[in-house]
Amino acid sequence: MSWILLILIVATVVWGISAYNGLIQLKGDTLNAWKQIDVQLKRRHDLIPNLVNAVKGAMDFERETLEAVIQARNQAVKIQAEALPTGGVKKLAAAEATLGAALSRLSVVVEQYPQLKATGNIGQLQEELTSTENRVAFARQLYNDTGTTYNVRQQQFPWSLIAGMARAEIVELWEITDEQERAVPKVDLSGKPKA
Amino acid sequence: MSDTNLFEQQRRNRRRSALLVAIFLLFFAWIGFGGDYVFYLSTMPDPTPGLSRGSGPTYHHTFPWFGIGATLLGIGMAWYGWRNGPKQVLWASGAWELVQPTKPEEQQLVNVVEEMAIASGLPKPTVWIVPDQDPNAFATGTDEGHAHIAATEGLLTALNRDELQAVVAHELAHIKNYDVKLMTLLAALVGVLALISDGTRRFLGRGGARVVGRRSGGGGRKGGGGLVVILLALWLISVLLAPIVSRLLALAVSRKREFLADASGAQFTRNPAALASALRKIEDAAAPTQAIQRGSAHLCIADPLGRRINAKQGLVADIFGTHPPMAVRIARLKAMAYQYEKTGVIPEAV
Repeated sequence: MSWILLILIVATVVWGISAYNGLIQLKGDTLNAWKQIDVQLKRRHDLIPNLVNAVKGAMDFERETLEAVIQARNQAVKIQAEALPTGGVKKLAAAEATLGAALSRLSVVVEQYPQLKATGNIGQLQEELTSTENRVAFARQLYNDTGTTYNVRQQQFPWSLIAGMARAEIVELWEITDEQERAVPKVDLSGKPKA
Repeated sequence: MSDTNLFEQQRRNRRRSALLVAIFLLFFAWIGFGGDYVFYLSTMPDPTPGLSRGSGPTYHHTFPWFGIGATLLGIGMAWYGWRNGPKQVLWASGAWELVQPTKPEEQQLVNVVEEMAIASGLPKPTVWIVPDQDPNAFATGTDEGHAHIAATEGLLTALNRDELQAVVAHELAHIKNYDVKLMTLLAALVGVLALISDGTRRFLGRGGARVVGRRSGGGGRKGGGGLVVILLALWLISVLLAPIVSRLLALAVSRKREFLADASGAQFTRNPAALASALRKIEDAAAPTQAIQRGSAHLCIADPLGRRINAKQGLVADIFGTHPPMAVRIARLKAMAYQYEKTGVIPEAV
């Protein structure tokens, strides 16, 4: 009888350890995916001044569009500094969506200036911009996928028993609300992935 | 690909890689120890001292030097193949590493690879260009951290950005589920076996057979020679059959892996339609990819040799083919694209 008890205790402890480690692993994966978003957003923010400088000369009278891009970018940089998976993701997502919308408007405007497009520099910058937008989108996709797995796992029984010990917290997903989607004009010159 | 699917595939590939190395080493051990045994029987001391053969010192082969030597050689070659397999595969295709992109399409390739590395959560592989006008691509490497992706020049010109992205995602899926590990190992070990078998045949063609023939004749006088002859014949046959063994090893590579990589590649891009149209373009460029040889054909996204068996379905084609028929792959991807549009979720299995 005591043997059975002993075996049960050992089995529970072994399971507990593996469940704990599993949650810690998922937490690490989620944080890692978040770091990837951070890196890609920084890349996006760094690219924008270059882009603005490249088109500024030829588009003097489109000052408003450029201003909107710069403002949205600065706003996003500020919010990004404080965002964490457990808080502030929604705000950051909104700021980045605004920036994305401003950038698409700029892309539309650039299309209207054939002499701008003719110079190789803009072509390169547009490829950079497309790639950056894709990177942000794919980093978001990875973060949402890992974050969802992490959230589901820590709430499921019996992992939920261990969740407190592993200091597991529900992470906010990077969701695009319908409102924000509508704010983005449906002009797609970049061939962005449908994420 | 869901996590359980991915882990299942990773485990299967790890098991197959181990099996591959085991078969390879057993083959060497068989050749070595078999040779020892034959030599041992033919130099056995005469049971009746009065009838001893001629004069001079007689050699008795009692210690299996050949077997130990051959096994060590096999281990050495497997290790060498493991370490240098990716380099060999890339070198054989004439690929050059794209470090500093100069042309816009090269920049695009580098960008796309980085994007897909993010989507798949893998470290960024090194990028190589194969100077060949036929569109094709392959991945090689020993593990996630040491992986390489090679695309032909033709691929860069034929595909648009989305399609290129889909192909790169497909290759990264191969890296993620350890397909490249198994397939690179296969390419390296099969290459070694082919070399040995060619060498043996050349040796036997020149006088080698004469030497061996005399030995077995000497044994025949003492009785038990029948066994020696049979063993010798078996041993020789297995040496000569090395290319067939290597072909059999290639069977360890199932054509299913391409379906799996198509599906998980689509998970990364969330755009199955782009891969379907990329495959269509690759298929329509019917020319064989000359830069890629038989030994590494199984690594490519589309069969570079354009072998007819790979266009067929059925049991025989499933066993001997290296790639599934393109039409079936495209049809499955289109079905995925349809389902994705309807439900917003990429179906896991195809």
